[in-house]
Amino acid sequence: MSHELSLKEIKKEWHGTLKSYVIGFITSILLTAASFYIVIAKVFTGSVLVLTITMLALAQAIFQLRYFLHLGQEAKPRWESVVFYFMIMVLLIIAIGSLWIMHDLNDRVMSDMTNMPMEKHHD
Amino acid sequence: METLAVHHTHDSHADTRVPDPHQDTFSKTILGFWMYLMTDCILFATLFATYAVLHNSTFGGPSSRDIFSLSIASIETMILLFSSVTCGLGVLSAVHSKKNQIILWFALTFVLGASFVAIELHEFSHLVLEGNSWNRSAFLSSFFTLVGTHGLHVTVGLFWMIVMIVQVLLSGITVATFRRLVVFSMFWHFLDLVWIFIFTIVYLMGVI
Repeated sequence: MSHELSLKEIKKEWHGTLKSYVIGFITSILLTAASFYIVIAKVFTGSVLVLTITMLALAQAIFQLRYFLHLGQEAKPRWESVVFYFMIMVLLIIAIGSLWIMHDLNDRVMSDMTNMPMEKHHD
Repeated sequence: METLAVHHTHDSHADTRVPDPHQDTFSKTILGFWMYLMTDCILFATLFATYAVLHNSTFGGPSSRDIFSLSIASIETMILLFSSVTCGLGVLSAVHSKKNQIILWFALTFVLGASFVAIELHEFSHLVLEGNSWNRSAFLSSFFTLVGTHGLHVTVGLFWMIVMIVQVLLSGITVATFRRLVVFSMFWHFLDLVWIFIFTIVYLMGVI
C-alpha cells in the first residue's frame, strides 16, 4: 500500500520556486518598511495606527505563508490547511479570551492596585 | 487483501490508480512537522497574550517607550527576512542538485541567524546591566519570555543548520537529506513569521 517516492518525485512535491521567494521577499520588505514609516512619521495616531500596523503585519504573514511556507499548495485533501485553520481558532480563543478576561479583571480590581504607588506619593 | 479491496470500493469516487498522496514518508514527515509548528504557534500565542495583558504593568519601572530601540529591531527584522530567503534558496539549490550552492546558502543563513542572536543578546545584556532585567516588572518578565523564547528557537535552528551542512557534505543530496532541508526551511520561515508579530506588537506598538 505505502508507496515510497524517489528523490525526483519528492522534489516535485516541494513547491518553492525562485519566483515565490522573490515575491515573498519584496512584499515583506515593502510591508515592513511601510509599518516602520507609518510609526516613525506618525502618519496616524491612536487606534487607527494600531489597526493599520496590525493589518500590515497580517498581510505580511499571509504573503509569507503563501510564498515561503507554500500553504494551501499541498495535494488534496489539504490537511496542512485544515491544521492551520484549527490552530488559528485556538489562537483566537487564547488571545481574545485572555485579553477580554484580564481587561475585565483590570477594570474591576486591578485599577486601584496599579495606581497605588502614585497614590502613596500624593498622600 | 480481499478486505482491503472491499474497503476501497466503499467510496465510489476513490481514485485507486494513483497512490494516496499522503502515504509516503516525505508527505507524512512534512505534515507531522507542520503540526509541530502549529502547536509551537499556540505556545507563542499564549506568550503574546501574556505580553499583551502585562505590557502596562511596569510597577514603577521603565515602560516599553523608555527602553525599546526601533532601529535595532528593524535591523533584526531585515536580517531574519534575508536569512529566510537565503534558506529557501538553499532548498532550491537542492532541487537543482547543486551541492556547493546548498552549503553556500545555508552558511549565509547561519551567519545571518547568528548575527540576529548576537544583536538580541546584546540588547538583552544592555537591559539587564541597566537594571531592567526580567525581575524588574511583570512587563519585562513577559517581554523577556516572549522574545527570549523566539531567540531560543533561532539558536536551536543554528545548531540544526550545522548538523545539516555536515550531513549534506557527507551524504550529498539524498531522499533523507532533502527531506531534512525542507523540514528545516519550514522551521526557519516559521520563525520569521513569528518575528513579524514580535516586531509589530512589541517594538512598533511599544514606541507609539
